[in-house]
Amino acid sequence: MGNTIKVAMADIKVGVAPDTLISYGLGSCVGIAIYDNVAKIGGLAHIMLPDSRQSRAGENPAKFADTAIPIMIKDVLKLGAVHKRLVAKIAGGSQMFHFSGTNDIMRIGERNAEAVRLALKKEGIKLFAEDVGGNYGRTVELILSSGVYKIKTIEKGNKEL
Amino acid sequence: MLSDGEFTQLNALQLDALREIGNVGAGNAATALSQLINKKINMSVPKVSVAPIGDVPDLVGGPETLVAGVFLRVFGQAPSSILFLLPHDSAFALVDTLMHRTTDRTDYEITEMEESALKEIGNILSGAYLNALAHFTQITLLPSIPSLAIDMAGAILSIILIQLGQVGDYALVIETEFSANTENDDVRGHFFLIPDPGSLSIILEAIGVKENG
Repeated sequence: MGNTIKVAMADIKVGVAPDTLISYGLGSCVGIAIYDNVAKIGGLAHIMLPDSRQSRAGENPAKFADTAIPIMIKDVLKLGAVHKRLVAKIAGGSQMFHFSGTNDIMRIGERNAEAVRLALKKEGIKLFAEDVGGNYGRTVELILSSGVYKIKTIEKGNKEL
Repeated sequence: MLSDGEFTQLNALQLDALREIGNVGAGNAATALSQLINKKINMSVPKVSVAPIGDVPDLVGGPETLVAGVFLRVFGQAPSSILFLLPHDSAFALVDTLMHRTTDRTDYEITEMEESALKEIGNILSGAYLNALAHFTQITLLPSIPSLAIDMAGAILSIILIQLGQVGDYALVIETEFSANTENDDVRGHFFLIPDPGSLSIILEAIGVKENG
């Protein structure tokens, strides 16, 4: 049995089989899993915001889609993963509260998911599967021995990507 | 605008002042809630914490805890967010008490009527809280209409944390815990006032404790 490594909000963790990476209670945040199926090495990032360009210098890069993904890729390559074998699975990006006259902050989940897709494309990583949107929270778990990305919800059942 | 550094450097006087704001606001809200359900409400001394954003879900029992959250935006001179979080069981006990009935629940289904009741409770509490706060600070504060979600605490909190996350890595949280004994179940709730990043200095200035030192 491997260890279960917890990924907090605005956090990146990488690991090797038989470990498991888990992040609890994602709302409009997006959980990005990348995985090398041969080396059984992967990473999980829990991003909150789409774009680091409007942030101040010196902030936690794991918070943003555009900065977290390159760091996570570098970290899994350091563990021995091979770039061209990496595939990605993403989940989250929901809209928890609904208001009439939705402003940018309320649509943040959608914008996060879009920014993640763009950043993955830029890094040349294939997006293999996704479970995004809706109005409910998700807990995500990347099983490093199999590459299965498990998604748990309260009312909407569980899924495996 | 206060940066993270200034957040973490709040002095004892400023923390006391913020605690007092929480006290005045929550006292008023507790009175409103007490009148609504005709029960005595116990209220904790407000906690003022400056927490790394990732740690905030732990304040309510972890990111996966099932909760009901009523969320309101506060407009005016010091834009903020208000979140009234109740454990799932408490939310239903509160609604049942309000509707003068007893029920045994086993599922997460919520009717439109119950949803509306919870929102209204959030509305009344926030109104009372903000009234006291506006009186105390002479700042105009207007609540938006309430919105409700029943889900994981982390997912519900994320909307506020994301807003704060755009400018910093820390959150200032003014939190009060309520409890009441009802026929149905004990009701517990957490009331959060989370000032937007620029709003904290406006509030501190309004109550005359802006200067550091």
